Amino acid sequence: MNDAAIPKDTRSAPAPETSRPKYIGERVQRLEDPRLLTGTGRYTADIRFERMAHLAFVRSDQAHARILGIETDDAATFPGVIAVLTAQDFSEIPDLVAPSRMKNYHPTHCPVLARDTVRYVGEPVAVVVASDRYLAEDAANAIVVDYEPLGASSDPAAALLGDAVFLHDEVPGNLVLERSFATGDAGSAIAGAAHVVEGRFRLRRKSPMAMEPRAYVADYDRGRDALTLYGATQIPGVVRDELAKLLNIAGNRIRVIAPDVGGGFGGKGSLYPEEIIVAALARRLARPVKYVSDRLEDLTSTSQGFDEYVEARLAFDDDGMFIALDAEVIGDIGAYSIYPWTAALEPVQVASFLPGPYKTPHYRGRVRGVCTPKPPTGPYRGVGRPMAVFALERLVDMAAETLDMDRAEIRRRNLVQPDEFPHRIGSGIIWNHSGFTECLDAAVKAVDYSGFKERQLLALEQGRWIGLGIGSYAELTGIGSRIAVAPGMPINTGNETATVRIDATGAVIATFATASHGQSLETTLAQIVAEELGVRPQDVQIVQGDTGMTAHGTGTYASRSAVIGGGAAILTTRALLKKVKRVAGRLFDVDPDRVETGDGEIYVPGTNHRIGFDELARAVYSDMATLPLAARETLESQENYDPVLGTTTSSTHIAEVEIDPETLSIRLTRFVVAEDCGRMINPQVVDGQVHGGVVQGIGVALLEELEFDATGQLLSASLADYLIPTSAESPHIEVIHLETVLPDNPGGFRGMGEGGTIGAPAAIANAVADALAHLGIGISELPITPSKLHRLIAAKNLTKDRE
Amino acid sequence: MNAKIDIALTLNGEAVTGRAEPRMLASDFIRDVLLMTGTHVGCEQGVCGACTIRFNGVVARSCLLFAAQLDGAVVETVESLGAPHDLNDIQKAFRKHHALQCGFCTPGFLMTVSEILQTLPLSTDHEIRDALSGNLCRCTGYEHIVRAVRDLVNQRDGVQA
Repeated sequence: MNDAAIPKDTRSAPAPETSRPKYIGERVQRLEDPRLLTGTGRYTADIRFERMAHLAFVRSDQAHARILGIETDDAATFPGVIAVLTAQDFSEIPDLVAPSRMKNYHPTHCPVLARDTVRYVGEPVAVVVASDRYLAEDAANAIVVDYEPLGASSDPAAALLGDAVFLHDEVPGNLVLERSFATGDAGSAIAGAAHVVEGRFRLRRKSPMAMEPRAYVADYDRGRDALTLYGATQIPGVVRDELAKLLNIAGNRIRVIAPDVGGGFGGKGSLYPEEIIVAALARRLARPVKYVSDRLEDLTSTSQGFDEYVEARLAFDDDGMFIALDAEVIGDIGAYSIYPWTAALEPVQVASFLPGPYKTPHYRGRVRGVCTPKPPTGPYRGVGRPMAVFALERLVDMAAETLDMDRAEIRRRNLVQPDEFPHRIGSGIIWNHSGFTECLDAAVKAVDYSGFKERQLLALEQGRWIGLGIGSYAELTGIGSRIAVAPGMPINTGNETATVRIDATGAVIATFATASHGQSLETTLAQIVAEELGVRPQDVQIVQGDTGMTAHGTGTYASRSAVIGGGAAILTTRALLKKVKRVAGRLFDVDPDRVETGDGEIYVPGTNHRIGFDELARAVYSDMATLPLAARETLESQENYDPVLGTTTSSTHIAEVEIDPETLSIRLTRFVVAEDCGRMINPQVVDGQVHGGVVQGIGVALLEELEFDATGQLLSASLADYLIPTSAESPHIEVIHLETVLPDNPGGFRGMGEGGTIGAPAAIANAVADALAHLGIGISELPITPSKLHRLIAAKNLTKDRE
Repeated sequence: MNAKIDIALTLNGEAVTGRAEPRMLASDFIRDVLLMTGTHVGCEQGVCGACTIRFNGVVARSCLLFAAQLDGAVVETVESLGAPHDLNDIQKAFRKHHALQCGFCTPGFLMTVSEILQTLPLSTDHEIRDALSGNLCRCTGYEHIVRAVRDLVNQRDGVQA
């Protein structure tokens, strides 16, 4: 892992020197666009079959209650109804359980339909099968469920108290997990430090809120006893593997296909009861079954994210050098520990990433995951790091304020310096070389940083409140098999297998177990294969998201596909190119090393030997006369790539805001991102990922909040209440790409799908706090909204009056 | 309430008929009865804009219309724009500027843009952002969509970028 002394360009294995056109690094127009722009994409809800039945779920309207009875007789007589089913009808399907080798972890048992007890509003309790969705909903409305409320604490801190109601018998004290990290002696170091800042930070629960609600269609072939499930999922391979177990079907009789998927952001990255039921019913009823969730169902039953308290203290010396960090994290994991990630995924990453990109010798962090009667939490873009970076970067600004030190300067002093990689932080994460200081310097340079204080004072004189905030972070991406995405979880996400073949017509097909749902993998993976093989990107067909095509693979999440999928693409295509050259060398009767390829042609420079891939394919597959039997090898290669560890991506975000002193509305006036994602496959795609991530981060900071009342009822259950940013709230976003030292993987790629959401909340929180500095108000909870600002200012005025 | 009625309309220039219960949403009718699935359904509350169509020449949320209201109407959906191998100028601009990622919201944006290019000056990016604010996108952060529309406005107005 020691990258430090090795110069650029030798880190990644460079492509062999040829005159072949380069596609990696080019703004290639997307190959998926023509269909998506013309309404000819095929999303799950667009799929239909003859005799297809439709499902409507009856969902709990209680947070935590015992089911006393379910009255279904009336519903069963409704027009079009084929079946009405409750938990007892699915007794053969085991409960969903996410196991983990992690100590101090208690898995939960989640039946596909609530059996005796409901644990969140929105949990499926019964399902109606009907000939039409409207009729299915009519009947679902006629089902009456009799509940006895059991009470529970909606607040995670209260759920930990001795007298709290237990949500699960198997989870004592509602404590699903507990984990601690320690390096050095943070307690003593803080006690002896010259300065300490502290805060209690809160991030409110979010919905990943993909534009396409979750949807599933299953088609059962009775003659072959074979099931095909089409689903809006990021993880078709994980779904296939687990469905085979839960439904007791051999893997070769169940095929899971993610067709065009309308965004995921983590929300489509877990296994859901609805997809199990759709698959099970298609087989039981021997007919196709479809379920498309509506927005209310999506907001109440798709996994949610980011719901933590962090109490943290940062100690530092007179020079602003960090000495120690201490943190208590309480994560509200919701009602169930989700499969496959477990409830540890989000809150444990808060504690493990909290030390951030800085050198802080002493660290102690403890995280507790608490179950509450709310929808289960799962992965959401950024996972853990948005909270960690928000808390830490607020503390860093508070430290700078304490010392009256410049905010960029205190970061510059504490960031891991270019000659200090690899660096192990207090939680054990190892940063390899990435542009920590370079990103900070580039972002600061892009804005009028040194002149800002003057602008701010001038604005204040004019009655305008403006602020500037910095958010610096580092993250691990493209994580290999040695570092689990979540500790001790039941699946291996750390590798990817690619298969690249040239068929009998000379066409190139590259197959992956990734599952693009907006990431542009049909284009970027094609760019890689095209450049390595010597064809054009539009000549490469990328096949993915279909378990019928691959033995194993988990999908697309965790900023993994470019690094791991791209790595597999490079290794596999290079292996195939060797075969191509061997065969062509035989055809041309030259040394294979003299054979070159490019733009779909195979040739020997300086000679008239030149054929197309179609001619090569014909010679190998169809024309029995040209090649001797021994030379007729299959034009297909398959290689696996496992990065073993991960690669470090770093970035600094700078936000400028203006707050209207009358309405307290917060407007973003400038947003700059400087990031190091290594070698870019397609700069336009990288920009798009950064923009989208930043705007989700703006939602985290200023708008989005799944608000629950004390009984666990969701109060923001529509898009009129759960506000995501529109174009009007989103600023122009400036992106600066830095390519410092390339990481040690085949392509020199770093993952960058999530970073925008990681840095933006911290930068915006710091900017808002800066704009309010003259009032002495800090920001410790996100989203910060005009009404919350009003309360903060009113409370401050009240305190002043008392003084 | 459940008796189906006949609905006749002009869809993308073609006279079509379908039968639906009067309560059926226009979005479901277009997708599930007329089998034009380019129009997407994201919220069924008129907030997200994914189901935006042109209804008698004016953009409308098809999830806020009943199928019965389409009787006698002229309706255009995303399928009325260019074809995969013959994209129209709006689609080309979206592709050139990478103004779509997952593509789910895209048909709604394309229909909205087709109208605002005809009805609004869009002289500033701020104005473009305001005009697009009735359509939600969760992938792009809107930056590239704004650039695509800016490019289209410049083409319309004969302005050199």
